[in-house]
Amino acid sequence: MTDTVTQVRLWYWGRISSMVLAFCVLVHLAVIIYAVRGGLTGAEVLARTHGSWTFGLFYTVFVLACAVHVPLGMARIVRESFGWREPASNALAGVFALLLLVLGLRSVYGVVLA
Amino acid sequence: MTTNLEVKVWRGKEEGGFVTYEVPRFDSQTVLDVVTHIQRHIDPGLSYRYACRVGMCGSCAMNVNGVARWTCRTHVAKVAPDNQLELAPLPNLPVVKDLVADMTEFFDKWARARGQFKGSKTRHDDFAMVEPGSPERRSADEGIECINCGVCYASCDVVTWRPDFLGPAALNRAWTLINDVRDVGQAERLLAVSGDAGCHACHTQGSCTERCPKHLAPTAAIAGLKHLSVTTLRRQK
Repeated sequence: MTDTVTQVRLWYWGRISSMVLAFCVLVHLAVIIYAVRGGLTGAEVLARTHGSWTFGLFYTVFVLACAVHVPLGMARIVRESFGWREPASNALAGVFALLLLVLGLRSVYGVVLA
Repeated sequence: MTTNLEVKVWRGKEEGGFVTYEVPRFDSQTVLDVVTHIQRHIDPGLSYRYACRVGMCGSCAMNVNGVARWTCRTHVAKVAPDNQLELAPLPNLPVVKDLVADMTEFFDKWARARGQFKGSKTRHDDFAMVEPGSPERRSADEGIECINCGVCYASCDVVTWRPDFLGPAALNRAWTLINDVRDVGQAERLLAVSGDAGCHACHTQGSCTERCPKHLAPTAAIAGLKHLSVTTLRRQK
């Protein structure tokens, strides 16, 4: 069983990451809507993002916030909806966090640096 | 008024079924009046629980047409415009018999949330001075009128999903004591309500606040506990 202090910390990180996500999602959507007004190909997108530190930094923060927030929520959902026990839900959350982190950062690398 | 009410009442324990009764409709009739009529005039074997009949004791709560309510102050006119009632024991609690729910777990959770007052003074000490307008006293005032009816607990989805969750009533009680400046068991209490099945398990859906017959806001009390647990943790770093 996770101790009480860790529970409070996890809840706090869930809250902070949700605030970051709220900001990131709004910026992400606004940029998409603005950028594709006149139609945009994949090559044009990559031309703009490649080598951009602003894009790189923004999406790295986005990925980190997802890797914190989503696994916490997922652990909660499997416990409440499917009756999983805490060790199993924590393990799933850990694996999923790692997956999001690797896939997300790999995407950022692909769009900005590769 | 001469029409009859069609009343479906849960009979049995966890296993059982609804039995339909015809009950005469009266002016200003409450749901508790309906149940009492069934027991006294139709079926003396019906079990239900009540005491004060005036919204003070908190013992008559039931599920009325799918919604947990205190029945002594719920008028039939408000909940059954089509003269049909379905009465069941409170959800999220084991059934003792018919409309009687087993409140053991509900009150055990009050104890687990350290819902007992723990003072340091004796009868030989002077009265404690509590400023009525102080933020702590006002926060305590907002939650202190709880009558332990169990309506919030029965309406809470988190309790349904996670039966170990302490529930809105116990957490509301803990919040009123945390704001009691005379109490000396605060650290212990905060630890008890901040754990896995404590305040952080609440999703802030607000069913407890919407259904509370005393118009209390356990959701706000739980938010207060969440905030306090985080600020305490940061202070201790």
